[in-house]
Amino acid sequence: MTNSTATTDPFAGLAATTLLRFATAGSVDDGKSTLVGRLLHDSKSVLTDQLEAVAHASLSRGQETPDLALLTDGLRAEREQGITIDVAYRYFATPRRRFILADTPGHVQYTRNMVTGASTAELTVILVDARNGVVEQTRRHAAIAALLRVPHVVLAVNKMDLVDFAEPVFADIAEEFTAYATELGVPEVTAIPISALTGDNVVDPSARMDWYGGPTVLEHLETVPVSHDLAECHARLPVQYVIRPQTAEHPDYRGYAGQIAAGTFRVGEEVMVLPSGRTSTVTGIDLLGVPVDVAWTPQSVTLLLADDIDISRGDLVVPARDAPSTTRDIEATVCHVADIPLTVGQRVLLKHTTRTVKAIVQEIPSRLTLDDLSQARNPERLVANDIGRVRVRTAEPLALDAYAESRRTGSFLLIDPADGTTLAAGMAGESFAATGAATATGTTDDEEGWDF
Amino acid sequence: MTPTATTARGEHGSHGEHGGHRAPAPAQTRSPYALSHLDALESEAVHIFREVAGEFERPVVLFSGGKDSIVMLHLALKAFAPAAVPFTLLHVDTGHNFPEVLDYRDRTVARHGLRLHIASVQDYIDRGVLRERPDGTRNPLQTVPLTEAIQQHRFDAVFGGGRRDEEKARAKERVFSLRDEFSQWDPRRQRPELWQLYNGRHAPGEHVRVFPLSNWTELDVWQYIARESIELPRIYFAHEREVFQRSGMWLTPGEWGGPKDGEPLERRLVRYRTVGDMSCTGAVDSDAVTLDAVITEIAASRLTERGATRADDKMSEAAMEDRKREGYF
Repeated sequence: MTNSTATTDPFAGLAATTLLRFATAGSVDDGKSTLVGRLLHDSKSVLTDQLEAVAHASLSRGQETPDLALLTDGLRAEREQGITIDVAYRYFATPRRRFILADTPGHVQYTRNMVTGASTAELTVILVDARNGVVEQTRRHAAIAALLRVPHVVLAVNKMDLVDFAEPVFADIAEEFTAYATELGVPEVTAIPISALTGDNVVDPSARMDWYGGPTVLEHLETVPVSHDLAECHARLPVQYVIRPQTAEHPDYRGYAGQIAAGTFRVGEEVMVLPSGRTSTVTGIDLLGVPVDVAWTPQSVTLLLADDIDISRGDLVVPARDAPSTTRDIEATVCHVADIPLTVGQRVLLKHTTRTVKAIVQEIPSRLTLDDLSQARNPERLVANDIGRVRVRTAEPLALDAYAESRRTGSFLLIDPADGTTLAAGMAGESFAATGAATATGTTDDEEGWDF
Repeated sequence: MTPTATTARGEHGSHGEHGGHRAPAPAQTRSPYALSHLDALESEAVHIFREVAGEFERPVVLFSGGKDSIVMLHLALKAFAPAAVPFTLLHVDTGHNFPEVLDYRDRTVARHGLRLHIASVQDYIDRGVLRERPDGTRNPLQTVPLTEAIQQHRFDAVFGGGRRDEEKARAKERVFSLRDEFSQWDPRRQRPELWQLYNGRHAPGEHVRVFPLSNWTELDVWQYIARESIELPRIYFAHEREVFQRSGMWLTPGEWGGPKDGEPLERRLVRYRTVGDMSCTGAVDSDAVTLDAVITEIAASRLTERGATRADDKMSEAAMEDRKREGYF
């Protein structure tokens, strides 16, 4: 087979490749930095001057070998403390694909950063130490991937060199993790036995694990599908900006600009504008100045409509036959990301697509404990890194999809009206996919089970 | 399900057969709907421009005539076509610019009928507000004219061409980055940036720095310039030039203070990977006279753009972070 040629090909990334956004999650000592370092290094994304800087900094700290974590820990405070505080974005390419890696910290107090990284990721790599297997932190990472509905999850069972590359060790961990993740509703898990330190199954297949027949980490990243069957998606265009040149050349041009959040739009299609409910027909689609017949997510386009109806920023254009209902009462799961708490009765702003409205937190029915997926009833408040269910009432109707149906039109921010702080990341509708019996029969006990 | 066939759903299940041969990668990894990486980056950047146009009162685009700001302007032109770009431009002029670049800047502004503000470091020095550094480098001196121009014109959103691949402190930068009334960046107090929901709310006096090219790499910028046939200042292409060596870099002589005694001039075939203050922007040896040749050269380079050509980033391990905290881009 054609293996990855990332290691030596100087022309990596020159062809018209696709883009994969992915995130990594792992505890402090699971070897995440080593894996990230190896992916970057072996794809020629770490250049000589960066390596020299790392070697120099490592030496001056008394370390004998270059500490690859210094490549990714970019802030003074991070280097001082030797930990990763904030999400960092990394870039690398192979001849097949370009990658944007959200490198997220593993500490539990940085759950909000894991959520940040996962929100735009199409794939998450969760690392475990083969000697320890699935631990509390692993379950936490799986739960976040499930909550954020990351389409692809990779379980990288690392440090296989420390367990003699033994298949049963890998098989047991893979089985336990897959069962757990499937129960949470994670649609796809790919387990890969690796050693980030020695490079086994990271970029090149391992000769020491010939019992493993699957892809290496990089091969999987290069081949995992990045877009799904758009024909089945509800088409959604949040209007960002109305383009009206009012020039001699374009006296009557009136275009509705936005990035297609989901699905496809076609010329000739009958559309509805929400929340007003008015309908019209698409007479033209401009793809950044070029007329096209059809456009799809995530293209930025300008729609032209047959009728001169009142449309402005914040409106949502949808197919007339497939409109979401509008509501002022939203039930959602939120991850609280601010240092000040979120409380019942609090007045907030809610930003959904391109629309920001006033809202009030009506109720906080439960708070989830990610460690064991138990929940506390009516906690009254959520603090930083908490994940909870909320009921929010908005001042104006919103056209929300369920997050499970559309990550882009089912998500929202809660914002502090006083100083603009982002308070919480919201996901409308049910939180975990109810695939297993466990989700359907969650008990009502405070300390047991979860029926999110 | 066998433990290694850990796919809950999807075609990858065949990978995990016990003892089986390595399964070939799926032949079709690209659905007809998948965008090329350049199209995806372009669409994202346009979305960012339109968000700012929709939410802010007085945005401005930093425009130096360098390739990143040229790409930014090109994207802005596409984002609002066939209408005009609804932003003004701002150039922080160090007074040590390459003449070819200033010429390019002025022609571009005129061609698109744009309005350009200039904040001049030389003015600040002449007025005695800023003092020339002993090494003649003016890049760090840009911060004060920049922040004062932002306050004076009450700009509430300032577009910069910064990319996260440039430098490790920039890798931590948000797309929408809130700055206080002193233009300071506090990396520990950044707002989490979730989905494509950018939060641009700010108090009076504060502003937001916006980086539409955050997710682009140097190679992406060059590939996009080639695809879109964007004109660039000539110094980006190989040409013969009088240069001298300082701190391992080829610098162009000029009124800024080079060369000194013992820094002999020589004529070399060079080009620039970045455009900045002449005193700290080095040329690289190159025979790349076309876009294709430049792209081939960048793809094979073992040095980062800044490592190869910027002296001011080498001052300390946290040089960029420290300057950014003060208000630099």
